[in-house]
Amino acid sequence: MKTTRSTAKPVHKPVFANGDDIQIPVFTLLKPDGTLYAGAGQPSLERDTARRLYRAMLYTRVLDERMMAAQRQGRLSFYMQCTGEEAAVVGATAALDDADMIMAQYREQGALAYRGFTTEAFMDQLFGNQGDPAHGRQMPIHYGSRELYYLTISSPLATQIPQATGYAYGQKLAGQGHCTLAIFGEGAASEGDFHAALNMASVHKVPVIFLCRNNGYAISTPVTEQFAGDGVAARAFGYRMQSIRVDGNDALAVYEATREARRLAVEENEPVLIEAMTYRLAAHSSSDDPSGYRSKKEEEAWRKKDPLRRLQRWLLDRGWWEEDEERELVESLRREVLDTMKRAEKRRPPALETLVTDVYAEVPPALREQFETLVAHVRRHPEAYPRSAPWLDADQADEALRDDPSAHDGEARL
Amino acid sequence: MSRMNLLQAINNALDTAMAADPRVLCFGEDVGVFGGVFRATSHLQEKYGRERCFNTPLVEQGIVGFANGLAAQGSVPVAEIQFADYIFPAFDQIVNESAKFRYRSGSLFDVGGLTIRAPYGGGIAGGHYHSQSPEAYFAHTPGLTVVVPRNPHQAKGLLLAAIRSPDPVIFFEPKRLYRAAVGEVPDEDYQLPLRQAEVIKAGEDITLLAWGAQVEVVEQAAEMAEEAGISCEIIDLRTIVPWDVETVASSVLKTGRLVVSHEAPLTGGFAAEIAATIQSRCFLYLESPIARVTGLDTPFPLTLEKEYMPGPLKVFEAIHRTMDF
Repeated sequence: MKTTRSTAKPVHKPVFANGDDIQIPVFTLLKPDGTLYAGAGQPSLERDTARRLYRAMLYTRVLDERMMAAQRQGRLSFYMQCTGEEAAVVGATAALDDADMIMAQYREQGALAYRGFTTEAFMDQLFGNQGDPAHGRQMPIHYGSRELYYLTISSPLATQIPQATGYAYGQKLAGQGHCTLAIFGEGAASEGDFHAALNMASVHKVPVIFLCRNNGYAISTPVTEQFAGDGVAARAFGYRMQSIRVDGNDALAVYEATREARRLAVEENEPVLIEAMTYRLAAHSSSDDPSGYRSKKEEEAWRKKDPLRRLQRWLLDRGWWEEDEERELVESLRREVLDTMKRAEKRRPPALETLVTDVYAEVPPALREQFETLVAHVRRHPEAYPRSAPWLDADQADEALRDDPSAHDGEARL
Repeated sequence: MSRMNLLQAINNALDTAMAADPRVLCFGEDVGVFGGVFRATSHLQEKYGRERCFNTPLVEQGIVGFANGLAAQGSVPVAEIQFADYIFPAFDQIVNESAKFRYRSGSLFDVGGLTIRAPYGGGIAGGHYHSQSPEAYFAHTPGLTVVVPRNPHQAKGLLLAAIRSPDPVIFFEPKRLYRAAVGEVPDEDYQLPLRQAEVIKAGEDITLLAWGAQVEVVEQAAEMAEEAGISCEIIDLRTIVPWDVETVASSVLKTGRLVVSHEAPLTGGFAAEIAATIQSRCFLYLESPIARVTGLDTPFPLTLEKEYMPGPLKVFEAIHRTMDF
């Protein structure tokens, strides 16, 4: 049995390799002015998809601006913007089948926007109200949607990457031609989970696409202190995986690269690593202040490479988009976000019982007892628990209705 | 003496330790130029250079494994894990390595110089991944010392003791108090004893035991109880393991009643261990069952955080139940 793939002849002097002889280029199609580079083939992106893609990028920008402002006004506890990285996230999502799985990190709301996550769904999660399917258990921006094939976000970094490999292996066995896209930052790619995910995907020939958003910083840590090698793309070679580096601010290039990656994954069971070179234009989160670790000048240079403007110009040139149309759209999106936010703020908090449900498929007896003790406590001190006490009676009536099948019968007869 | 908040006291302790011993190193995610996401390591890189205070790549298992190696070599690493919730990728390095280095080699090798710092606990609207209190997982691992300070003065003295302890220490910092807890802190180098609980208020009727941010909560409950004529003795456990049975037991022998409170879930929480030991030590002196006031047996929530938390009202009710038993 061979213990290596190498067919190199033995040498008789110590020869070390550091990989510097492999140079990975950046794949890019659109110039910053929105025209195509000479030599760039005609993009395969069609009109409707291109419009849908750009619309989702715009939506994401509007949502982020509005919600960061809301956070600054104290209406929201926390927020994270995708600003600057919309092309990387939405461009990749647009290249997938809408039923392909997406396992994102936390800055990928653009993917949800592309797939049609409603403003109401965004707001209900952000405000952790009764409309949030996860019952206000997670911090803002931890969205999830089963019907849109988007795994609920988990804050611990990189945990979703090996899960994507496993999920995609299951998709391969199911044989319906679907794949999984794992999205993560270059910081998360330092976690052990990243390496485990790539190795297993390669060994088991799994239809998974790993999309790294190399946005320059993991909170304050610049890439120069994150890794010494040639970015993240080069790591694929160690696992004998296909790898491509793409201009992450060029939606067309991201789209084309991901489309081909998807073909490799689904048709040839070849996992792919994509490194999208981009920049986090905003702070890491509403709790962060980038002025402590990077210069305004650096930010300005990247602002000039804004992914939205680049794609917009290309669309305008093709006659696939109108400036008036954009003005109206942005105006109406702003209104929609604001109106929906106001409604979400006023929606009541989740029922007290949601504290103990979903821990297990059924609430265990000991936990039920803890819950009943809590209910009695809240009843004794309603003034101390304004988020649950006002609705206790209504919630318990609902619960009784759920638990009593005859009550449902009665309802049905009515 | 200087007035400091808990973060400044931590920063001051690290500064003191690095100034006193060139073998002390501070590292972790964002701890370099930025000084950590909470700024606990502010200006340390400026003062001691990039070789002694630096950013690491984003990999907790790497940070602790690296720290284990440094400690084995004779350095004194103080590794920061950004949130206690993110310590779990390093669980193997801590539980199977840090805790057993000395034992498995018969003291040929040890990682006694190791300190792992991590902010823990709720009350900051952090949801389940920025609020957990994982002390019980580590308390179940012989070989580890787990320390939790309650205020700035304690934080400096205990952290300096942890850094100089001959055993690896996990130092959980109550992040809710980082800026909220302010107090007088000696400017000089001092240590407070590990493995020793502290009676912070003497009382006759009932013993209240807590650690970290929860000490403030039981103090508030005690004030309410005092108004109702109940005299409370309050103990800060300070070191979770190896824990100070004597101080707790002698208090309970006097009061005959014990309420233990922590934010972590009830089942398997460290209060269970305390209750078992104290009932065996003080059985004939107990006037009522030992009560536990803790988080629920659920992950940490967000919107209903207050309902989950073992707040002063819940502790106060437990005091009453225990008195009226």
